[in-house]
Order: sequence, then structure tokens, then C-alpha cells
Amino acid sequence: MNVKTFLLALLLPVTASAQGFAGLGTDADGFSVPQPNPQFAFPADHGAHPDYRIEWWYLTANLTAEDGTPYGLQWTLFRSALAPEDGDDWSAPQLWMGHAAVTTPDNHYVSERLARGGIGQAGVLADPFAAWIDDWELVGDWDTLRMSASAPDFAYDMALTAQGPLIFHGDAGYSVKSAAGQASYYYSQPFFAIEGTLQLPEGNIAVRGNAWLDREWSSQPLADNQTGWDWFSLSFDDGNKMMGFRLQQTDGNNFTSATWITPEGVTTPYTDSALVATPLAVNDDDVPVRWRVTLPAQDVDVTVEALNADAWMTTSIPYWEGPVTVTGSHAGVGYLEMTGYE
Amino acid sequence: MTRATLQALLSHWWRNPLQLFTLLAGLALATALWSGVQAVNAEARASYDAAAATLGEGQYDRLVRRDGQPMAQDTYVALRRAGWLVSPVVQGRLDGVRIVGVEPLTAPGGIGPITPTEGADITAFLTGDGQLFANAETAAQLSGLSVVVTPEAAPGTAVTDIGVAQRLLDKSGLIDSLIVLPGQPKGRADLGTLAPDLTLQPAQGGSDIARLTDSFHLNLTAFGLLSFAVGIFIVNGAIGLAFEQRRPVVRTLRALGLPLRQLIILMGAELMIFALIAGVIGVALGYVIAALLLPDVAATLRGLYGADVSGTLQLRPSWWLSGLAIALGGTAIAASGALYQMAKMPLLVAAQPRALAMAAGKRAVVQGIAAAVLLGLAGVMMFTAKGLIGGFILLAALLIGAALALPLVLDRILAGASRGAKSVTAQWFWADTRQQLPGLSLALMALLLAMSANVGVSTMVSSFRLTFTDFLDQRLASELYVRTENEAQSAALLQYAEPRTDIILPIQSADTQVAGQPTEVYGTRDHATYRENWVFLQQAARPWDTTFAGQTVLINEQLSRRAGLNVGDEIALQGTVFGIAGVYGDYGNPIGQVVIGEAVFLRLYPDIAPRNFGLRMDPDAVPDFVAGLEAETGIPATQSVNQAGIKAISLAIFERTFTVTTALNILTLAVAGFAILMSLLTLASMRVPQLAPAWAMGMTRSQIGRLELMRAVMLALLTAVVALPLGLALAWALLAVVNVAAFGWELPMYLFPMDYARLGLFALLAAALAALWPARRLARTPPADLLKVFSNER
Repeated sequence: MNVKTFLLALLLPVTASAQGFAGLGTDADGFSVPQPNPQFAFPADHGAHPDYRIEWWYLTANLTAEDGTPYGLQWTLFRSALAPEDGDDWSAPQLWMGHAAVTTPDNHYVSERLARGGIGQAGVLADPFAAWIDDWELVGDWDTLRMSASAPDFAYDMALTAQGPLIFHGDAGYSVKSAAGQASYYYSQPFFAIEGTLQLPEGNIAVRGNAWLDREWSSQPLADNQTGWDWFSLSFDDGNKMMGFRLQQTDGNNFTSATWITPEGVTTPYTDSALVATPLAVNDDDVPVRWRVTLPAQDVDVTVEALNADAWMTTSIPYWEGPVTVTGSHAGVGYLEMTGYE
Repeated sequence: MTRATLQALLSHWWRNPLQLFTLLAGLALATALWSGVQAVNAEARASYDAAAATLGEGQYDRLVRRDGQPMAQDTYVALRRAGWLVSPVVQGRLDGVRIVGVEPLTAPGGIGPITPTEGADITAFLTGDGQLFANAETAAQLSGLSVVVTPEAAPGTAVTDIGVAQRLLDKSGLIDSLIVLPGQPKGRADLGTLAPDLTLQPAQGGSDIARLTDSFHLNLTAFGLLSFAVGIFIVNGAIGLAFEQRRPVVRTLRALGLPLRQLIILMGAELMIFALIAGVIGVALGYVIAALLLPDVAATLRGLYGADVSGTLQLRPSWWLSGLAIALGGTAIAASGALYQMAKMPLLVAAQPRALAMAAGKRAVVQGIAAAVLLGLAGVMMFTAKGLIGGFILLAALLIGAALALPLVLDRILAGASRGAKSVTAQWFWADTRQQLPGLSLALMALLLAMSANVGVSTMVSSFRLTFTDFLDQRLASELYVRTENEAQSAALLQYAEPRTDIILPIQSADTQVAGQPTEVYGTRDHATYRENWVFLQQAARPWDTTFAGQTVLINEQLSRRAGLNVGDEIALQGTVFGIAGVYGDYGNPIGQVVIGEAVFLRLYPDIAPRNFGLRMDPDAVPDFVAGLEAETGIPATQSVNQAGIKAISLAIFERTFTVTTALNILTLAVAGFAILMSLLTLASMRVPQLAPAWAMGMTRSQIGRLELMRAVMLALLTAVVALPLGLALAWALLAVVNVAAFGWELPMYLFPMDYARLGLFALLAAALAALWPARRLARTPPADLLKVFSNER
């Protein structure tokens, strides 16, 4: 079985028919579709939503070792549903994919896990919160979390402590993804302090820094004419944070969206075209690894540059994901994810 | 010049179409038998490879339970949660099809010979009723299931999702084995603490089935090679004769200034063209032979080893290319002697009609020495040969040595007969027969090989059949065998059978490894059924008493030979050490077996409940019992097999096994008969000058014809007399050396005089038939031709 072909089919499941039913709350296959004015309930919504096609628990962290060396870390659990139902054996139509990575200035370590739902090998429980695939775990109460992952060449074990509130993107967590109205539910915890140990071929390295956990689920993340996205999560030295994404379209235009987050967790959403992201330089594989990002409404005009240009995720669905440094009107660090460049 | 030379050389064949036919037919037959056998082997091997690829056998380590039973699915999840990268597999049989359930998300790449095709729908594969992937043949057996046909699937195998397989095989929540992926993560927990009942089986190069069946294929190959050798004898005879007859042409060509080198190249090229033509015909015939044999071979392999082999033949380039190569190679071997002689021949040596005989006289010494060396080697190997290769070297030395010695032995016999002859006609008959011997010797060698192979193989087969039938009588002592599907059925059966039978003998087994050999352990209830019927090859004092008391075990001959274990040695089962109290014959079983007492079995393998039961009762009561069982307990009659039924099934499997060898036997004998016919036909035309004086002195043509016929029958008879001891020696080598190495058991040898007599009769009949036409031709030679012998200067 060619797993790759199959996963591609899974993770980009938006069909033409799905669009037409968007307004009715479910699509043609019976999946629920995000609706405006969401009412989140926690901790339940930290858990899985099997009636939506896709969902993720996406953690990225900018870390520093005692000697000042910067590192990046990723822990992601994706859920992808073949049908809008759950189950407790192999027939459960829920598939799970975990990605873990550590990026150093010189190296990029990646690992991937795949698992079926229904048998206990992978899943997410809301209360007490636990997200896991195989031996990889993210568990705790969202004020504090423990996180671990392992691979043949690296492993890590981290402790996280929340230092601010959850924030909600778009319209109170209803995040529009295209001019045609595709949307997702999207909230984040961008205020985690994180510390722990990276086990790398170079040795064990004690690190600390800050982490950003994204939660997003939907049944129709991209429009037909959208081919990929560039996603920025930036933490400025002045305490402000900014999330921005740019969806690439086949007509050469882009759809952008941004959220400005004050140190207190007050958010200001920005809709299409408020954020402008322009590639400045590409790496050997034609992936843009230096960007000019502007958000005039917040006087942001920064250059975002990859810590390691080769942070390519050699996973079933390959993409670029790595830590960045920010210079210009605001200085800081952050994470950049780019898909659609294969 | 080249063209003219080639024309001159080829003209010989146009004038002697029979020789050309002999050459082409001999070569085509040899190639056909060889490549037919190879095609069968190739098909079977491809099937094993496809089956192995289904689960990546030989590539990955595996985790299985120590007692060979399925593990709980939770064990899989626990291992994954502890960092072990393993992928679960469920296997079983459904309607005779091997169902393999894999988990596509965790399985290593390349597991399951399936790529997404148009029929592949991920959602359909993973959820709902699921999908099975199988080839067209297998798909037809799986009615009522959603099957995607893919030619890449292994024969007799359907691959599906693990969840679907669990449901189809009634193994909900169970997993048979775990594939251990390469590249395990850091910090994974220790297997011993996680799952102490699991054991890691390291990946072994080559699949188990391929190794188990190696001996079977080696047997087939040996047969193919034997047939090929017989064919090459024919070709060698034809080429030798043609070169002999073309000496005048060669002399003339060389006298005209044709360089020797060019001549040799042209003659070689000419033969290679013939070889190519014959090769193509042979490969085509081989395909037909293979297609006819394959269903029987497939049935044999399934019956003997549980190996699934496709019943339909595919044309593989490697196979027909090798067929052509062996035709060319065979021709080269057959022609090298003749070409070498041609190169060495002094320019002006006259073509001599007796050249063949005289050359043979000189060759006799070399041949005699070679025969003596080979037979000597065979004699030594009889006592020292070990293993399959040794066995086959012994067979080859024996056969070739005897074949080479045959003309010398016949020559001696004829010389003796000629001395004893009183009348002139008789003296001439013997002398003339001796004179003809060199020309016929190749054909007679072919007959010798065919006959002795026939005697040898039929002795082996019949000995096996006899032993096996006796063995079945001992082993299948219970009148009825009942299989149960679950605990409830077992309990119902016991309750129903208790008052109606003499005794119930539960049959419980566990798969394990003993001394590195795959082995089944059987737990046996103490009863006279075993004590009275089983025959030991080796035994300590009171083996059953100590075994039922839980102190000792009994092992089968296969395990004894393969692991070098004998009575008095010790083996460990689940960590407990037992002494061996007896070794029993276990014919037809490819793997090792250990018998232990029921109580010990329950202690060592507490999770295994018996699902098969032998019931002792009045044989006449069996039909009523089965009907009553179905009515009272709902256990269907299909789960009951009476003794006669099992015997019939077992014997049927073995009958099919030997259909293959019998077919090859008949083919070899036919080729030998053909060789005699062709030799006699070619000799007949050359013999006119030698027969003319006999005719001139008053012998009638029909008398000469009758004598010709008699001569052929007499030579065949003498060959048969030599073939019998050779065949018996062959049978002994097959039973005592090859069989032990191939299957792990030694068979007692029985003799079948009636069979040999019938075979001898067939050989004489074949020789007589082959001689009939040439003899008639001689009898009808126009007197003018005979007269011409005296007038023509040759």
C-alpha cells in the first residue's frame, strides 16, 4: 500500500461537492462544517472533534541552550477522518499522524508516526487532557503540559507552563480561509514557557524558551484554487505576538489573514490583504526562506529569516517548517510553515 | 567461398533429412524437458517470492508469542505506546485462501504487493466491509466479498486490512505476529518487561517455504537434467554420425584450399543455427509440458508444504532465454568432440565406413577408465554421501558411470556369446551385433538411463506409498476425528461423546522452535491407542510410561535428524528440560514434532485448549454418531472426519505428488525409445554394404530383417538386465541419502519384481517397435542396391 499517495488523498480531502453544502452545517459526506460565532467549551474542545474532517494539535517552540545556541522544536498531532464518526476498533474511520522535529542551526531532525484510531494507539482525550500517538505524548491541564517524542536519531522531553490566556483567531475563533468563505475553528495558546532536554546525536542539550500551541479543526480548510500556505507565528521582543498566514492561489493572488496579540492576550484580527508577505530569497529547493512581512495597521515591517534554511519535513506530505529570527521594525523569533512547495 | 562451402556442408542434411530430424528432434526434446521443468520451478519460486513479499518475510524481525498462539491486540498497542515500532499481522485461511491482514499505516513500505490502482479506495479498504486484494484465480474463490483483482498478489493469498481479516477469520482482538520495523526510536522500553510472553524471531534470509520446498525443486531439476542428458546423447549420436559421413566432403573442401579454421567456424555456425531452431521448438514444447504438469505440482506443494503456487503458467523472459541457452550449450557439448576430431584429422584420411567403430575402439579405453573412476566414486559416496548435493553427486556418478560402462559390458557379453555360437549364422549374428554396438551405444545408454531412473524412482515411490499407507493405519487409529470452533462446541462435544465412545483423545498442539527447528508440540492423553500403534525407530525403556508421567518426550525422525537429537539427549520446552525417550517415524510431515503427556502440555501451554478430538468407538457406529452429534449439539457434520476420509485425503495428496514423477518417467522412456529408433534408422542405411555379403551368400532379405529385429530386442534385453541392478542402486541412493536430506526421514526399501518385469517388457516392446521400421526397410532393400555394393567403388 502506497501510504504516501493515500495520505495525500486524506489530508487534502476537500471536494467540490463539499463547498456547495458549506452553508448547511454539514457537507455532502456528512461532516460538520465550521459556523460563524462559535461557542467553545473547555476542556471539551481541547479534545477531538471526530465529526470534522481534519484537526490538529500543533506545537512549535523557539528554544535557547545555555550557551546561547538557538533551537526550534515541533510536536504535531494531526487527525484525519474518513467518515464523520468514531469507533472502538479497527473500523473507526479516524486516522492519526504525528510529526516531531528539532531544528538546530546546522541540522534538522524529523520523525513521523501514523496510527489508526479506535484501538488506543493514538488519540486525544479532553479531560484530563492527553494527546498521544505511540509513545509521543502531550498531557496535562493546559496550565502545565508535558510533551515527549522519540525517533531513532533524536528525542525530547519538555515541560510547558502557560503564562497567558488562550487567544482566538478571526472572528472569536472562526477563521476565514478564503474569499469564498472556507473557514476553520482556530485558537491558540501562544504564551507557554517551555524547558527540557533535547537528545540529539550531538549530545543532550538543556534548553528553555517559549512555545506556541495551535488548535484548529475544519472540514474544508482550503478552497479549490488554493495550493498551499505560508504561516507565521512571531513573538516580538516587546511582548507582542503576531499570527499571520498567506494562502497561495492558482490565479497568482493570495488570501491573507493575521491576528495581533498583545502581551495581555488581547487580540485584533485582520482580514484579507491587511497582512502582506513577500518572499525575498529562496533556498536550494526554491522554498522561500527569507520574507518581508508587513502589517501596516500595527506598523510592522520586518524581515523574517530561517534559522536553518534546510528545515524540510521529509514526511508523508513534505513541507517546510522551522524557527525564524525577526529583524526590522520589530525584533524577535518565531516559526514559519510553508506548504505547497513540493 | 563461404557461401559455396556452407551449401556443400548443408547439402548433407538435405540428402539425409532423417538425420536432420534426429538432430532437431533430439535437441528439441531435451530442451523441452529441461525448460518445462525449469518453468515449473520458476513459477513455484515466483509464487513463494510473492508470498514472502506479502509480509516482507526474511526482511524484518518479528515478534511472536513463545507458544505460537495469537497475542492480544492490547499487547500491540502497549508496545507501540512504549516506543516499539511494530506493525500487526493477522493470518489465516478462509475457503482455502490464505488471508493476510496488514495495517497499512504502520506496515513497512513494500509490504503487501499492492499499489493503489483504480479499484483502490482508501476509505473502502480501511472501513466498512473492507476490501481484499487478490489475483483473479484467488478472487474467484472468495465469493461474497469485495475483492480487487491485482495480478501482483501472491497466489492463493488475499491481502486486506487487519480489521477485516480479524472479522473474516474470527480473530477479533487477536494478532498473530508483529513486524519489527527497522530504525527503532531512542529510549524504547525493554521487551522482557513489556511483553514477557513474546519472543523476537530474527529475519532469516529467504522465505521458510522456499527453503522447505528446495528439495522438491532439486528433485525436479535432477529429472530435467537427466532428460536433458538423454537428449544430448541423441544429439551427440546424430552429430557424430553426420560428421563421419561428411568426411569425404571435408576432405574435398580442404583439398580445394578452404582453411581449416573457416571450415570449423562454418560447421559450428551451422550447428548453432540448428540449435536455435530446435531450441525455439523445445521451449514451445517445454511450455506445453510445464502447463500440463503445473496443476499437479501446485497441488503437491500445497499438500506437502502448504505452499500456495499459482496453477497458471506465466511466460518469463528469463525462462525462455535460458531454454535457448541450454539448447545452444547442449549442442556445443554434443558437437565439441566431433569438431575436435575434425580439426585433428589428417587432411587426406579417407572416409571409412567403419570409422565409427574403429574410433569407438580407441575411445573404449578412455571410456572404460572414466566409467571405472565414476563407479568407484559412486561406491565411496554410497557410504559417505551426506546432504542433498552429496546425494545428487552420488546419483550422477552412478548413472553416468554405468552409462559409460554399458557398451563395454555389452561388448564383453557379445564376445562371450559369439565364442559359444556354433552355426555360421549365429556367429555372424553375434559378430555383426558387436560391430553395430558402437553406433547403437548412445541410444542404449539413453535406454539404460531411462530404465534405471524408472526402476529407481518407481521403487522409491512404491516403497513410500507402502510405508505411508501402513503409517496412516497406525497413526489414524481413532475411528472419528471432530474439530470444534470454540470452547462451547468443545464442551458440547465432550458431553455428547462421553457416554457414546470408548475414549475421547483430545489433540492439542503448540507451534514452537526446538533446537532452532520449527516444531509442533503435541499433548497426548495416555491410552492404548498410542501405546499399541506407534512404531519407534529408536527407544529407551518404557517410553510411553515415562512420557505420560511427564518425565520425557518423544520426537519425530525429522527433528531427530535435523537437530541431531537421539534417545537420551535433552530438549527444552518453555524452559523445562526433558529427556528424549523415543524417536518415531513421521512420514509426510515437513516439520519437527514433539509428543508430551497431556498433563505436562497443560502446564507448559495453559492458554491452548484442544480444538481437535479423536474418538474411539465401534466403526459401525460412526455414521449414527455424526448425525446425532449434529442434531444434539449443532456441531455440523462437516467438522467431523472419519478415519477413512482422512486416509483418502492423505493418500490423494501423495498420489498427486507422484503423478509428476510418473509423467517425467514416461517422457524419459519415450525419449530413449526415440533414440533407439533414430540410431537404427541411421545405421540401417549405412549397413547395406555389410549386409550385402550375407545376402549374397544365400540369406534372404526377410531373414536379415528378422535378425535385425531380434538384435534390437536382444540388446534392449541385455540393457534391461544391466538397468535393473543400477535402478535398485539408484532407488537405494534416493531412499537412504536423497530422501533423508530432502525430507528428513529414511524409508525402508521394498522390491516390486512385477513392476520391474512390466517395465522390462515395455522396454523390449519399445525397442522392438523402434526396430520394426528399420528392419522392414532392410528386408525390403531392392536387390539392386545390395548388388551395387559389389560393383560400386566406394
